[in-house]
Amino acid sequence: MAIGETIRNSQIWKSIFRHPMPLDRRNRIVVMLTNFFLHLHPVSIKKQGIALSFTWCMGGVTFFLFLVETVTGVLLMFYYRPTLEWAYNDILALRDVTSLGILRELHRWGAHAMVITTWLHMYRVFLTGSYKPPREFNWVVGVILLLLTLLLSFTGYLLPWDQLAIWAITVGSNMARATPILGYEGPGQQLLTIGGIDMITDGSDARFGLLGARFVGEETLNRFYVLHCIAIPLAVALLLAIHFWRVRKDGGISGPL
Amino acid sequence: MHSNGFFLSDVAGFLGGYYTFLAIMNGVAAMILWRRQQRTGWAVFWASFAGVMMILASLALSGSASMVPVLPEAIRGLVNQLSGPVLYTLGTTAFLVLLFVFRKFFVQPMVAWTVFNASLLLLGLSMADENFAAIVMKPDNVPIVGLVYLLAFFTWVATKQAVVNDERIKQGLPVVEKVNDEKVLVWPDLVYTELICMVAVSALLLVWAIFLPAPLEEPASSVKTPNPSKAPWYFLGLQEMLVYFDPWYAGVVLPSLVVFGLMAMPYLDFNKRGNGYYSIEERKFSYLVWQFGFFELWITLIILGTFLRGPNWNFFGPFEYWTPYKVEVLNNVDLPQMFWVQWLNQPLPRAPQDAGLLTQIGYIFLREAPGLIVMGAYLVLLPPLLAITVFRGFYAKMGFIRYMVMANLMLLMLTLPLKMILRWTLNLKYIISIPEFSLNF
Repeated sequence: MAIGETIRNSQIWKSIFRHPMPLDRRNRIVVMLTNFFLHLHPVSIKKQGIALSFTWCMGGVTFFLFLVETVTGVLLMFYYRPTLEWAYNDILALRDVTSLGILRELHRWGAHAMVITTWLHMYRVFLTGSYKPPREFNWVVGVILLLLTLLLSFTGYLLPWDQLAIWAITVGSNMARATPILGYEGPGQQLLTIGGIDMITDGSDARFGLLGARFVGEETLNRFYVLHCIAIPLAVALLLAIHFWRVRKDGGISGPL
Repeated sequence: MHSNGFFLSDVAGFLGGYYTFLAIMNGVAAMILWRRQQRTGWAVFWASFAGVMMILASLALSGSASMVPVLPEAIRGLVNQLSGPVLYTLGTTAFLVLLFVFRKFFVQPMVAWTVFNASLLLLGLSMADENFAAIVMKPDNVPIVGLVYLLAFFTWVATKQAVVNDERIKQGLPVVEKVNDEKVLVWPDLVYTELICMVAVSALLLVWAIFLPAPLEEPASSVKTPNPSKAPWYFLGLQEMLVYFDPWYAGVVLPSLVVFGLMAMPYLDFNKRGNGYYSIEERKFSYLVWQFGFFELWITLIILGTFLRGPNWNFFGPFEYWTPYKVEVLNNVDLPQMFWVQWLNQPLPRAPQDAGLLTQIGYIFLREAPGLIVMGAYLVLLPPLLAITVFRGFYAKMGFIRYMVMANLMLLMLTLPLKMILRWTLNLKYIISIPEFSLNF
């Protein structure tokens, strides 16, 4: 008790938390306004807005899973090398040799769970009609986030570099070959022929752009690794910030008028 | 490959735990019901059900393969024989329609609990089938089983509240969400809920990670193509669409339209009611369109693509062994072939050998005239026709552009079920088939 008090009265503690423990009404309000992590929330909220039967907590769980993926992903990056020589062996070692190889399980199942919770979150938002004005634009941001979540999962799927990985990505990316006009097997591909020279070949079409090669190979592994660890997470982080900010600006969690 | 001891001794331990879990779950449920003293009959029923589950658990753990409870061979054989893409699609549709129409009945807690337990029991009895277990227990397929139960649970949660709200609206009362509008402080009410959620999700994820190893197959080899080759599970609905459409449509255009349609949704739905609370009656049209797209065209197709499509993308019953030697007769016909050859009894129009490009294109148009006319009528004539009939009210409220976007999105969405039906009934492959430009539809 005395130690706790000493700590809470110390200059260090007080420099971090500018107010007493949030035990009374005043300080419970102050904590929401002064804490960086909590200022995302309003100070008070309608009771039905936090009822689990109403919200399902799925947006929050999705965000939490994104954080889990970030932390486990960063830790895995210390270990895993995205090259043909090492990718598979590193994963194999994570399974059989390395301590805390369970990080891979956490990362993979967290990713599957995140896809599911994203769908459930959107399902809830639809069923409560929460995409309706004034929240139309935030729904659009959410759809882009859904797309990025799927792309995050898809790009990560390749990294173990086993049969499951490369063939799933091969099947998935074969679609791009058939992109109208821009895929070399797509309808209207002939339209981009200049002076008898085909502009869209298997070395210049949409699929090539995605894979960085004519088939799923080392270039693809590198490309997907960078997309998975850097490019898409950055985009997601930005859009998440907008998504949360808009929730507040559009009047907080939805409810009957 | 029929059931053998090795397999059963592997699965038996899992099933023992599974039935024990069911027993505990129903025991707790029975206790809660008993305490409330209103549903003692149900309490006794679920307590006895828990007892039966205990017996099944001990049978599964008996150490003898022949004792593990499993669906009778005859039933499994019948299910395999009856199941096919047509019955699967019609069956799931009928099931969903049934749930929707009788939603007031199904949302009752005891009815939902019965359905839930029945499905879990069926899953357990099926899991003792080797072929069923091989697919369902594949590590990457486990999330789909979770997804199905989560969707069922949350649909029940939402429908229950919607049924109550719809009843209240009918009586002129405010919706439940409106009644509960007292304000509370976010600290502690919300932050503690969030904390508990985080702890619960972390715990669940840890348990999942400990008990289910992530899959790792042989090292990648670009010369050894697995059969079947499947995309990640969340894209298997799209892969299943490849049965009915070429990749440019199923893999590129339709997914883009799904994304575009989702984004456009809030701007097309002009209905101001049903904002911020669960309701079905107040927004029946948008509700049904969404549920049809989400459940019928997305979720059921993922399940079909994952669990029921085997080597060569052939259909396999849930208890069938995935043999790569299964042969399916493909005798699908294109519409031009059907029209010119089968109905008019003449050869397909073909340009003379040394014809110029324009003549050739002209002949292609002639050959494809039936398909082009059908598709033209579908996409050009139907929207205005609907605007002056079924959707007259919509058109008046939405205006030209919004109405046209909605009508076209809906018609394009319906191309998938329509193509399915045409395939099943007429063996139709393509409505328009222009291989010269890789344009098959």
